Amino acid sequence: MNITDIINIGLFTATIRMATPIALAAVGGMFSERVGVINIGLEGIMLTGAFTGVATSYYTRNPWLGVLASVFSGALIGLLHGFLTVTLKGNQIVSGTGINILAVGVTAFMCEVIWGSRGASESVPALNPISIPILKEIPILGDILGTHTPIVYLMFLIIFLSQILLFRTPFGLRLRAVGENPAAADTAGVDVTRIKYIGIILSCMLAGLSGAFLSLGNLNLFASGMSGGRGFIALAAMIFGRWMPYGTFGASILFGFTDALQIRLQSIGLLPPQIILSIPYIITIIVLAGVVRKSTPPSDYKPYEKR
Amino acid sequence: MNPAVQMLGISKKFPGVLANNNIDFIVEKGEIHGLLGENGAGKTVLMSILYGLYKPDSGKIIINGKEVVMDSPATAIKQGIGMVHQHFMLVPSLTVTENVILGKENVKNGFLLDIKNSTEHVKKFSEQFGLEIDPDVTIESLSVGAQQRVEILKALYRGADILILDEPTAILIPQEVDNLLEAIKSLKKQGKSIIFITHKLKEVFTICDRITVLKKGNLIGTVKKDETNSSQLAKMMVDKQILETYEKKKIEQKDIIFKIEELNVKDNRGIKVLKSLNLEIKSYEILGLAGVEGNGQSELVEAMMGLRQKDSGKILLNEVDISNFSPKDRIKSGLSHIPEDRQKCGLILDFSVMENLILGSHNEEPIVNRNLVINLEETCKLSENLVKDYSISTPNIQTYVKNLSGGTQQRVVLAREFSRKPKIVIAYQPTRGLDIGATEYVRTKLIEMREQGSGVLLISADLDEIRALSDKIAVIFDGKIVAIKDPSITNEEDLGLLMAGGKSG
Repeated sequence: MNITDIINIGLFTATIRMATPIALAAVGGMFSERVGVINIGLEGIMLTGAFTGVATSYYTRNPWLGVLASVFSGALIGLLHGFLTVTLKGNQIVSGTGINILAVGVTAFMCEVIWGSRGASESVPALNPISIPILKEIPILGDILGTHTPIVYLMFLIIFLSQILLFRTPFGLRLRAVGENPAAADTAGVDVTRIKYIGIILSCMLAGLSGAFLSLGNLNLFASGMSGGRGFIALAAMIFGRWMPYGTFGASILFGFTDALQIRLQSIGLLPPQIILSIPYIITIIVLAGVVRKSTPPSDYKPYEKR
Repeated sequence: MNPAVQMLGISKKFPGVLANNNIDFIVEKGEIHGLLGENGAGKTVLMSILYGLYKPDSGKIIINGKEVVMDSPATAIKQGIGMVHQHFMLVPSLTVTENVILGKENVKNGFLLDIKNSTEHVKKFSEQFGLEIDPDVTIESLSVGAQQRVEILKALYRGADILILDEPTAILIPQEVDNLLEAIKSLKKQGKSIIFITHKLKEVFTICDRITVLKKGNLIGTVKKDETNSSQLAKMMVDKQILETYEKKKIEQKDIIFKIEELNVKDNRGIKVLKSLNLEIKSYEILGLAGVEGNGQSELVEAMMGLRQKDSGKILLNEVDISNFSPKDRIKSGLSHIPEDRQKCGLILDFSVMENLILGSHNEEPIVNRNLVINLEETCKLSENLVKDYSISTPNIQTYVKNLSGGTQQRVVLAREFSRKPKIVIAYQPTRGLDIGATEYVRTKLIEMREQGSGVLLISADLDEIRALSDKIAVIFDGKIVAIKDPSITNEEDLGLLMAGGKSG
């Protein structure tokens, strides 16, 4: 066995691919936390997004409509999460966990209803990879970044725009203010409830898009439980990235890398697959235990009580 | 000319309390109007109604001659009303500029924040109104006084002509108070109308033109400053006359029961804040500790109570070194502590009165049986007695402490701490933020503890308080005791000089 069998350009291409769903969900999680609401339901929303995308593509034969449907399904769940946590001032963890449990059940059930199997859907029209003309020609960088499914590029754009949105626009300023001191925002004439809803819905839409990447970008089918804990890894990436879009992206790349490495190590059969499969999760725990201790969240996650 | 603000027949009821009862409140244009009353008199509620935070049950609000329905702060802002809250409404991680423009941002290129322009704006405003501030720093790095200036700028930036200041001096040190009062005067000169909420008579006379007094939700009256005096206002504000001096029995103190020797302590940043500090407290003595905030007082209290590690030195209680004891053992040996921030350190706000009263003795007989189960009957009995003895005005012992007024909360702390019969009482800013009635109660209780033989360490920013109560005054400066004075022969200037690091004459 040669070291280049594991560490080569393909590994980095795969890193980008594996980092994409994590980064999308992580930035999504960030928007929610920035307005003071934990979105532990990322995992379930990803799963729902993955399913909705495939189902829509199955019926319409149009993968892009599938992607739109994924994002829309995210928005709907966001509305629910917002209603439960902001309007009803319910517990955020309970709401998020509810979303996760609901998603597992509903998607598996619907999968059986539509395709007659609880495990996986049929193949559906999926997104084709695209190549970026000039970027593709650059050696190494071109191999790593030149050809991907469109959602990968969308992810880069979203990370960039999120940074601008959060730190350079009035909306971003309000978003940050609402999360950190809603009373201050309220007295400054900012509509706290509205901003909270927008943050949460945006968050869930991105998680939905992340799901679409899993089923329509990376594969061409839905498999039950295909989010595989990435929603939780995304939460870790968000914390590791200190609730900043760029930081979150960096953390997602790290987790994407461990994911890509894990797949490679599996194919070589050096270690028992159970151990290799757990690498990304072990890295997550190490990161959470080590680095995260020092990061303070931007918010205290309490529902805003108008006095 | 129409008055700036007319609030007519305002009533507001909260569960169990009539916070405002048919109140008329009129502010003329360009005046500084004092709104005076004890805590719980309904001042803040009335102003929150004016600012659209509460809806009144009845009554109307007329701004510059036009009736307005104040349904939200946004409406109030539109009407030119700005409010500086007692608890600042600032976002700590954002910069001064960002806080000022929040909700009313300048935009360039259609959607981007125009920070540069806004910063200029904030600078201009701060110069115009004499509110000095660096627009680019984050709020968390600013002093309390500077944060308050940001709050005022925020209101002015939103075009406020009518400025409500809710107890603005309560949290400031004396120099900052002077600066603030100057700034308020300059605002008045520029045509702003100012409503100044306070319960301090001295300030009312320094700057207000007219004064409205509230008591227990009722309007007592509005008077011109020139046509009144302190004792008349005080009478309007509280039911009984204020005690200016406190009766203390003459007791000779001889036994030193508490001693700090060469104590060295670092603060959270690792900087040495107590530098070989020495201090002695006798029984039957109130030792006042005077000093400008931040000269090591907090760290001294924490080190005494075992909440902060010492570097070296001894803390002796009856000649036993307790400096390595846990806080629990220190309490057991006879230390008690009235913390500076009763809401954060003194009480658990989401606990009931009863639960708060047994904190610290919750693992001792007769509160628990055989270290296992809380004896509810015993606990209730004990709590009921304390509620009676300390006149804690609570509906019952199951009421959450967070629902009580500041003065009542402090009574809960006192009841808990003093009922342990402590040998040493550490009272850190025990009357801060309390109204006159509650302040007087706390002071009387401290004197009572002294007369029962406890040694009391009174740390206060209020020199009048220290002078009125103390048998001896120690001055702390830069982590050291720089002087011990007899209150009967020292004066305020002398102490002020020592507190600022100078030599007394």
